Amino acid sequence: METPADLLKTPLHSLHLELGARMAGFAGYDMPIQYPMGVMQEHLHTRANAGLFDVSHMGQILIRAKSGELRDAALALEKITPVDVADLKPGRQRYGLFTNDQGGLEDDFMVANRGDHLYLVVNAACKHDDLARIKAALSETCEIEAQFDRGLIALQGPAAESVLSSYAPEAEDMMFMDVSELDIAGVPAVVSRSGYTGEDGYEISLPADETDRIARLLLADDQVAPIGLGARDSLRLEAGLCLYGNDINETTTPVDANLKWAIQKVRRKGGAREGGFPGADVILPQFENGASRIRVGLQPTGKAPVRAGAALFETDSGGEAIGTVTSGGFGPSAGGPVAMGFVPAALAAPGTTIFAEVRGKRLELAVAALPFVPSTYKR
Amino acid sequence: MLKFTEDHEWLKIEGDVATVGITEHAAEQLGDLVFVELPEVGAKLDKGGEASTVESVKAASDVYCPLAGEIVEVNQAIADDPSLVNSDPTGAGWFFKLKLDDAGSANELMDEAAYTSMIG
Repeated sequence: METPADLLKTPLHSLHLELGARMAGFAGYDMPIQYPMGVMQEHLHTRANAGLFDVSHMGQILIRAKSGELRDAALALEKITPVDVADLKPGRQRYGLFTNDQGGLEDDFMVANRGDHLYLVVNAACKHDDLARIKAALSETCEIEAQFDRGLIALQGPAAESVLSSYAPEAEDMMFMDVSELDIAGVPAVVSRSGYTGEDGYEISLPADETDRIARLLLADDQVAPIGLGARDSLRLEAGLCLYGNDINETTTPVDANLKWAIQKVRRKGGAREGGFPGADVILPQFENGASRIRVGLQPTGKAPVRAGAALFETDSGGEAIGTVTSGGFGPSAGGPVAMGFVPAALAAPGTTIFAEVRGKRLELAVAALPFVPSTYKR
Repeated sequence: MLKFTEDHEWLKIEGDVATVGITEHAAEQLGDLVFVELPEVGAKLDKGGEASTVESVKAASDVYCPLAGEIVEVNQAIADDPSLVNSDPTGAGWFFKLKLDDAGSANELMDEAAYTSMIG
């Protein structure tokens, strides 16, 4: 199989081909969409055992304060993100957002306090813009190191703990959102107990030249199967997690997107470090006044999947569109179609009946609480 | 008489009625199906018209009407259990029966050897 010349390869590219993956371009990388097991079985295997995902296309960025004080780096980063970075304890990670002056979202990411530096994982499609954004805001006070060639693999599912602990016993003691450097078969790896499937599991950052060896080591365990981006998408959708570019983008605010929880009290109105990030004048008032629309779960009543882009209506015929489906498909663990989308605040209560237009027909949906499948994080 | 289309459908032609389904190659490419929408019995379709929709976990795809004709029967079993299309695409996973406007029109389609060579 030939790779189109303009696509980049992750350190696991040859492993994907060897495993018989069906490859496609994603965010500039030639990525595995599915393996011979197929999306349905890959999804179910991850929820029942463990799945190994190549997420090396995502951007890893380190930030160090020139002063040597981590808090200075954290406070500098807070100028471009509404989340509380300064109170993040060493060895802890949290979900972050980059906002723009209109209150919209430029990306979502993970940020960890690694003791002497901050460690960020940002979306593949946004990583060059994110790096430029961070450099523009932080270069005076911080050293910024992009590690875009490093490997990153996710091991997700109920068997993830026992599999990783067999190589690195400390993995067992980590809690959800803990971050630590572990020795995996002689390789220093930055491991977080997190992921994007709703399952317990780990994300493992590795030197590029050791990523293939460690991935093969983990795959050697019978409980672990390689999982492509197809199942990654259905897993995160069932978990109610946003996909940047689909569910959230530069026009959705954190309040619209039902991500208020990601902005801690200390950055909200009346907090010790209130505001001070792009779009604060739009976002903070929305905490009190609400947003006119909001992201909700949508459960089709029938069997037909309702996919991204479908227009939403209040009634089964006529009327103007009231919103749009932003992610949708079949949830193998939910056992039926699942979707997310934006609806007016007045129609956002779980159980509200609305309709989506699919192939010229109006299909009934119920607004549903997220997630569709309960998460199993180790808290 | 068994015929094939470039859109990976098979037709089993008996008299002026064609039983239509998707090939094993197509079923494998689509992956596990989770939803099938069948045409209405009595619908008159042109060659290349949208006859059916199949959906996998990831995506929706159209199944086109291979020749002009009228839908005279549909296989409700695959709407109830779409996995039949994956497990037995050329048997129990058939989609619909089409009464051809012109029984001779099937001659222009590929035979099995030509289809096999097309998918390589």
